[in-house]
Amino acid sequence: MNKRARIKDARHESALFRTRAIAGFLLIVACLSLLGARFFYLQVTRHDEFSSRSDSNRISIRRIVPSRGLIFDRNGVLLADNTAAFRLEVVPEQVGRMDAMLDALSAVVPLSEDDIQRFNALRRTKRPFDSVPLRLKLSEDEIARFSVERWRFPGVDVVPYLTRSYPLGEEFAHVVGYVGRIDVNEASRLDADLYAGTTHVGKTGIERSYEAQLHGKPGYEQVEVNADKRVQRSIKREAPSPGSNLYLTIDSRLQKVAEAAFAGRAGAAVAIDPRNGEVLAMVSVPSYDTNLFVNGINQIDYSTLLNAEDRPLLNRALAGGYLPGSTIKPYVGLAGLELGIRKPEDTVLSTGEFFIPGDTKRAYRDDQRWGHGRVDLREAIAQSVNTYFYGMALEMGIDRFSVALAKFGFGAPTGIDLLGESSGVLPSREWKRGRFNQAWYPGETVIAGIGQGAWVVTPLQLGQAVSIIAARGVRHQPHLLRAVQEGINTDPQPVPLPTPAPGIVHNPANWTAVEQGMINVVNTPSGTAHGMGDGFPYVIAGKTGTAERFSRTDEEWTSIGSSPIQRHQVLFECFAPADDARIAVVVALEAGRSGAHDAAPIARAILDAWARYDDVPREVTSR
Amino acid sequence: MIDAATIERTFFDLRHRLLRALQRPALDLPLLGALLLLATIGLATLYSASNLDRHMVINQGLRFVLGGVLMLLIARVPPTVLRNWTPWLYMASLLLLMVVAVLGQGRGAHRWLDLKIMRFQPSELVKLTLPMMAAWYLHARELPPRWTALAALALLIGAPALLIARQPDLGTALLVVASGVFAVFLAGLAWWRIGVALAALASAAPLAWPFMHEYQRNRLLMFLNPESDPLGNGWHIIQSEIAVGSGGWLGKGWHQGTQSQLEFLPEHTTDFIFAVFSEEWGLVGVLLLLALYIFIVGRGLWIASNARDTYSRLLAGSISMAFFVYVMVNGGMITGLLPVVGVPLPLISYGGTSAVSLLAGFGVLMSIHSHRRLLPR
Repeated sequence: MNKRARIKDARHESALFRTRAIAGFLLIVACLSLLGARFFYLQVTRHDEFSSRSDSNRISIRRIVPSRGLIFDRNGVLLADNTAAFRLEVVPEQVGRMDAMLDALSAVVPLSEDDIQRFNALRRTKRPFDSVPLRLKLSEDEIARFSVERWRFPGVDVVPYLTRSYPLGEEFAHVVGYVGRIDVNEASRLDADLYAGTTHVGKTGIERSYEAQLHGKPGYEQVEVNADKRVQRSIKREAPSPGSNLYLTIDSRLQKVAEAAFAGRAGAAVAIDPRNGEVLAMVSVPSYDTNLFVNGINQIDYSTLLNAEDRPLLNRALAGGYLPGSTIKPYVGLAGLELGIRKPEDTVLSTGEFFIPGDTKRAYRDDQRWGHGRVDLREAIAQSVNTYFYGMALEMGIDRFSVALAKFGFGAPTGIDLLGESSGVLPSREWKRGRFNQAWYPGETVIAGIGQGAWVVTPLQLGQAVSIIAARGVRHQPHLLRAVQEGINTDPQPVPLPTPAPGIVHNPANWTAVEQGMINVVNTPSGTAHGMGDGFPYVIAGKTGTAERFSRTDEEWTSIGSSPIQRHQVLFECFAPADDARIAVVVALEAGRSGAHDAAPIARAILDAWARYDDVPREVTSR
Repeated sequence: MIDAATIERTFFDLRHRLLRALQRPALDLPLLGALLLLATIGLATLYSASNLDRHMVINQGLRFVLGGVLMLLIARVPPTVLRNWTPWLYMASLLLLMVVAVLGQGRGAHRWLDLKIMRFQPSELVKLTLPMMAAWYLHARELPPRWTALAALALLIGAPALLIARQPDLGTALLVVASGVFAVFLAGLAWWRIGVALAALASAAPLAWPFMHEYQRNRLLMFLNPESDPLGNGWHIIQSEIAVGSGGWLGKGWHQGTQSQLEFLPEHTTDFIFAVFSEEWGLVGVLLLLALYIFIVGRGLWIASNARDTYSRLLAGSISMAFFVYVMVNGGMITGLLPVVGVPLPLISYGGTSAVSLLAGFGVLMSIHSHRRLLPR
């Protein structure tokens, strides 16, 4: 159109602008008011919510793992220690691709298949920002190599920690046991709060049974962290309370001597103070080094231990089953006297063969072909005369027999403060019916009287039984924990003992007769272990046991050849001093010529060590 | 030979000029004061947000000085001169944008021209030349504008905006478009035409989706639901809201904001510096700061109303209103009211070019002010 026809009206334009400027300004004020309202909404209405979110951003709570309680023997010799080591830990949240990271990392620090599996399993039980251990016990070389490459692995760190070490790992493997990494089952069982940050838990032995005392209570620290979760400063800290130190009843000197005396032969030994049930030594041979297990045993070592023919992982003292053989005779004798079947001075004629009245087909034999002649209880024990006990058991009958022998603790766990104890077998009608659903035959009662047949005892059960004899019929609970020290600055507090049940011996004369028989075993020329107490400062009372591992009719009896060593399980039980026993010892060997020949010398070695150190004051000494 | 009289005369002349400048300064003192106050707040906030990094604060201070000098220089140029140069300046800046677009082929975000001495962002120049061009175009025509004029303006505004959006720099493109649109609005575009344009824009908005970058779509989705990916794309918004919200009425105090000091808040010296300010000064501080911004915008519009001609009026008005867009978009972003768009908080966010171009814009306002009508109507 014609542009010139329209003349610009400056006055109108200016007025128009003014209205528009005012409208614009109002628009702006409205918009910024809306923005201000939004600020009000965030900063006032929702302030509490954002304030706490801001705090949870910056404050993070770290658990401080308590240091595990130490374990000492009765004299303060260290058995389980905490030593400083380094491990790799990973915060999964800060790792991009976990698999790729682990691949790259294993080129720097060797990671076993085991490590990775364990890590992945453990990771699933933790929150993504929790640090999860990946590789334990790094060598200095590995730490150095990782430090150089650290920048490539965000979320991975070398962290110092305390690891368990066992200065006497081999000698105490079956008593102290060991700790190992928490596995998935344990992780779900353990209290997550108490075990946050803890990597190890007691797996066997004292470490397992006193886990609660040893573990302690974790502390915590409130720290301010930045967006990378790096700690800026500490806000509040509550120190952890370390686990209690435990003092065991074991005397490590006896323990070492006992271990050495076996010279590698498979078997077990138990030494108990009959006055209070304190276990002074408990050895199972062969043993293994518990230190291997602490930071994850490798597969080869483990399968070697697991598949070894002599089963080093088996705690023979606690779970090894042995035929008691003649070692059962003092108990059968004492039970028979108490039941009034014989008087101590009654004699029985041993002709070399015993028949159940009315049954002349089956002969039960004595050790000596032509018999021992006429013997009373004392001589029957001293010479281990089978005939005497065949008759006694037969007259007692299996029902009274099993009730009477149960009083010595046979057929039931002793209740020692270790897990994995087996109860053995005390022959009884009920047992046989339960096990085989068969009736009991009198012949079985006869051989039960000399510790053959269905019998199975553990060395610890036998140790408990001989302690009951030594304490004149009073049973004290066998135990391993002597005192507990809570905190470094306190004295170890002795663990109170339960009051023992009333004695099982009603007539002291019966006990004296049995004791005399056991003294004669060691101290008369006709005793089966004659000479084993020579030169010992106290009178020893004992009993041998030589049980046939196989029936003479078995093919195995002939197949294993002529060496008598292979044929017998040999045992020896004893206590000393005979009139006021302070130590009772049981030794079991899985193979040997006889109890006197092979087991008794081990018992003597333990007794010698005991006599040597016995004058040492008995107070618990702290380190 | 220079005799004593000549020297004396020269001195007298200088003194005379100085006195005149003081009596009738070429600058609007209230606006200058507000800007100085804003710059001071900006440096103090930056000092805290950078965790007491003097180097950054000095850098930013130097940029303010550079911008201030530029402002004083531009203030001396009469608007008529600016108006005569406008088409040339506009075309030059469009050319530079195209150079950047060509040089930036195959790279990521490419916005800079490396001038060896300093890096120069042509899009910052457009922030000034585009409203100038719009004002220049409207100045010569009958107001309010009609469809034909609007079509021409759409081309003038759209061409540089598209080039900038392709860089990609959505924030700057938005500011550039806003400054052009404000010029048209202030020119008195009929309200019904505005209504039609807004309706058309709203219905065309979904069409933009296929042309958006992946990160832009993410930002939009995160704006709608930040908690859906709190550690990834939603992190910025959530941490920013936490920073703002935890500030409360009076804030945590200067340099006490944990969200920024412990680096939970990303980009806490640049785009998210407003969140740091809100965390440390609380609602009271925020409202005072917003009041300061409103004052500056209002003063700018007042200067525009008193301007000598249409060109000056529209230019001053659109520069002032564009200034508001910075505040609104940045404040909306850090409070989760608007999607994340990289727009700095004027004179407070760390970063050189925007401070310099803003102060240059205020130079234009100062010039318009000092060449205003001498007699009020």
